[in-house]
Amino acid sequence: MIGLTAGFADPVQDAQRCFRSVLDAMSRPGRIATVAGVAPPAPLCVASAAVLLTLIDHETTFWLDPAAGAANAWIAFHCGAPSADMPRDAAFAFSLGLADLTRFNAGNHEGPETSATIVVQLPSLTGGAPLRLSGPGLKDSATIAPLGLPADFPAIWRRNRGLFPAGIDLILCAGNTLAALPRTVQVEEA
Amino acid sequence: MPDASLPSDPNAARKRWMAVLARASGDSIAAVLSDYRDIPAFTRLRGPENGLVMARGRTGGAGAPFNLGEVTVTRCTVRSADGLVGHAYVTGRDARQAELAAQVDAMMQDPFRARMLEPLVVAPLEAAEHARRAQTAAKAEATKVRFFAMRNMRT
Repeated sequence: MIGLTAGFADPVQDAQRCFRSVLDAMSRPGRIATVAGVAPPAPLCVASAAVLLTLIDHETTFWLDPAAGAANAWIAFHCGAPSADMPRDAAFAFSLGLADLTRFNAGNHEGPETSATIVVQLPSLTGGAPLRLSGPGLKDSATIAPLGLPADFPAIWRRNRGLFPAGIDLILCAGNTLAALPRTVQVEEA
Repeated sequence: MPDASLPSDPNAARKRWMAVLARASGDSIAAVLSDYRDIPAFTRLRGPENGLVMARGRTGGAGAPFNLGEVTVTRCTVRSADGLVGHAYVTGRDARQAELAAQVDAMMQDPFRARMLEPLVVAPLEAAEHARRAQTAAKAEATKVRFFAMRNMRT
């Protein structure tokens, strides 16, 4: 327990602001939102830590990337989420870089809402290979260039989209910025 | 707390002082703590915040769980400048009690501070609690009706 640090400076307001940012990012894929209010433990970035504090609690099973094990005590203390032994059992997950999406629960046609939401921490949301996004929430198209996604990400995402209405939702976090890729969005190399 | 007295329990000592602090009022903790000068700086990690906890008991011969009712609980977690983390869960809404109890819990984990704090803070609070209980018990004892004795008196 030594070394445990605080969560949101203002738990109610900060969590609500962060929730609004995630909602905006999910509604308009490719839009980059900024969040603040938390001093995260390594290796989490501000945005990842804020999203986890906002979204996970004792009712959501959570899977943590073993590479981010140093943050386990902090997440357990502030969120109290039961940890999932296998990625497949998790409602929310955190991974450093993109994890193998097929290991997570994508839901099914009877219960598409049971699928996992993965918080993916990347080095930056700009400066990578540009991706053109289209679909619900975008009048024409949007472009996002996250750094650190695998080169075959458009193909990986096409497989995920093929599961619709089931499928995984991603929240990309880097530094204090976040963007979302809901399962409805189409991703092409721009 | 029967389990706190088990010699095999590695947390018995901590359970004892946490229980003593949880039953003392914020004012009484502050009063005994005012004699201790070497208090480190604290950072609040969580709270103090109020919540409800469902108190459950056993009912009937089979001992099935029974939801007795919700109890207001205040909790607080602090970290001292020494890096020790103290927790407190106390019944009621006394935020000051929860924060002071968490601070004392953090300080008591340092063996050097514990030697100072035990006679200064924990022992007096425990003694006050025993005195309070003894007083209540004495009051109750005075009004106790001995049914067996009444029947004997009538005959």
